[in-house]
Amino acid sequence: MSDSLAMTARGLRLSVRKPDALITGLTLPPMILLVFVYLFGGAMNTGTKYVTYVVPGILILGAFLSSAATAITVCQDMTGGIIDRFRSMNVPGTAIIGGHVLASTARYAIAAVLMLAVGYGIGFRAHATAGGALAAAGILLLFAFAVSWLCAAIGLAAKSAESANAATFLMFVAYASSAFVPVRTMPSWLRGFAANQPVTPVTEAVRALLLGQPAGGHLVPALAWTGGIAVVSAGAAAALFRRGTR
Amino acid sequence: MTDQAAIRVRDLVKSYGGHQVLDGLDLTVPAGSVYALLGGNGAGKTTTVRILSTLTRPDGGRVTVAGFDVTAERAKVRQVISLTGQYAALDEVQTGAENLRMMGRLSGLGAGQARTRAAGLLRQFDLAEAGTRRVGTYSGGMRRRLDLAASLVARPEVIFLDEPTTGLDLPSRQALWATIAGLAAGGTTIFLTTQYLEEADRLADRIAVLAGGRLAAEGTAAQLKQRVAGQRLDLHAAGPAAYAELARRAGGHGKADRATLTVAVPADGGAAHVRSVLDRLDPARDLVSDFAVHGATLDDVFLALTGHTASAAAGPAASATVVMKKETLNV
Repeated sequence: MSDSLAMTARGLRLSVRKPDALITGLTLPPMILLVFVYLFGGAMNTGTKYVTYVVPGILILGAFLSSAATAITVCQDMTGGIIDRFRSMNVPGTAIIGGHVLASTARYAIAAVLMLAVGYGIGFRAHATAGGALAAAGILLLFAFAVSWLCAAIGLAAKSAESANAATFLMFVAYASSAFVPVRTMPSWLRGFAANQPVTPVTEAVRALLLGQPAGGHLVPALAWTGGIAVVSAGAAAALFRRGTR
Repeated sequence: MTDQAAIRVRDLVKSYGGHQVLDGLDLTVPAGSVYALLGGNGAGKTTTVRILSTLTRPDGGRVTVAGFDVTAERAKVRQVISLTGQYAALDEVQTGAENLRMMGRLSGLGAGQARTRAAGLLRQFDLAEAGTRRVGTYSGGMRRRLDLAASLVARPEVIFLDEPTTGLDLPSRQALWATIAGLAAGGTTIFLTTQYLEEADRLADRIAVLAGGRLAAEGTAAQLKQRVAGQRLDLHAAGPAAYAELARRAGGHGKADRATLTVAVPADGGAAHVRSVLDRLDPARDLVSDFAVHGATLDDVFLALTGHTASAAAGPAASATVVMKKETLNV
């Protein structure tokens, strides 16, 4: 447990001191938000003010953007000399990788606050009950936690930091969901994928909770997908860690 | 356990994808001593250190460190050892002090203890001022010192150092030698690998030469020097026929190079020895056109040592040369 704490503290310190990760995780989501609202927003027909529609989507996209750096740091740990030192000190793999995942989730929490602040600045208003806001925050953190495990697994599978950078491309899964435009506006061949992939129910659940709409139908698939991604990714990460340290 | 040996290795075997890296390695390191494992690139030094420090599982054999089995009692071994690998195990974006405090926390120290220990080690390793700077700004020598300091946070009984001075300039190397000698004086058991004969000579109580996956020789520096000639005598043959005859006569003790018509044999550098070698290999005084004496390289040491084992085991002189090439080519 104290190992996990020390490794999380390390992960946070590394996050703060690597400018590229910080820029991608913190400043890119608000910038994409501005681009979507001011450049594309006029052409969007989502039934509400576009900023109201898109802020929950940006919060989901942000989870991918801020977690991608985790793939790189995990890969650097595994391919550098430090993993041997940690293992010879009997630091368990769960603490080494889990520290990165917890740091990544914390990094996302800060990024999410920033996204919401910018959203408010340009006219987004939540209409959530206190319980709904807490539930939305919980789902977002769980989702970031799950995506962080996924990125950690990618980092463990990658042979070099350059290839681990491919985790950034996960964000396209968010684009092909209801995060930015309603699924019904997509070409028919894409609709099936967009409606049934994990990002859409998670986005819809968060959107409903934040805007004070009934979220009931979205909660179970959102939580099931999120939990499933976390469990499968953590399992894959554990297996990859064992393979890499035989 | 009343085991006087800090490390005991019996019949250690390890292969990677069909390549036999360790082939029945036996060695014993007395507690409180400095033991150097000498070998060329690809000789299996790093594999040995990784198995001894629990990072890699052996295929066969039995290895105990501080009395604990490295496979069955991995966690116990890890409590008493530290490892400093070839690549610095440090975070570049953390300061020297932060790196040491982190290692302290991971070794089970409280925040205050970790802080005190880090400050003490920074002073001991002459990094007190640099401690507040990020490791990314350190020189190669400073990194090695900090890396070594990081391995001492938990006060280990047995320290593994894998090629501690490779890539360092001479002053940094000498400074690190002084540091390692200081640790040894404090009673810590040190197991180090090196490619440098001089390094083993300076630091180690006992030296083992690793070749062909097992020990080609083992003993104190003085004992090994008696077995290994310090110089190499290059004999240039007068022509191809003379070369063939010379190579035949040199047998297992020489390294022959057909392209340059040169046969190299170990020598002690003394005139009497050179004269006796010439008389023995070229009694009619018509084979050798000229000769040169060089300081022995690590290759020559291996030739001398592996030549003995090869001739004892298999006989033909050629096998000594084959073993040598394997040692120098496999990275």
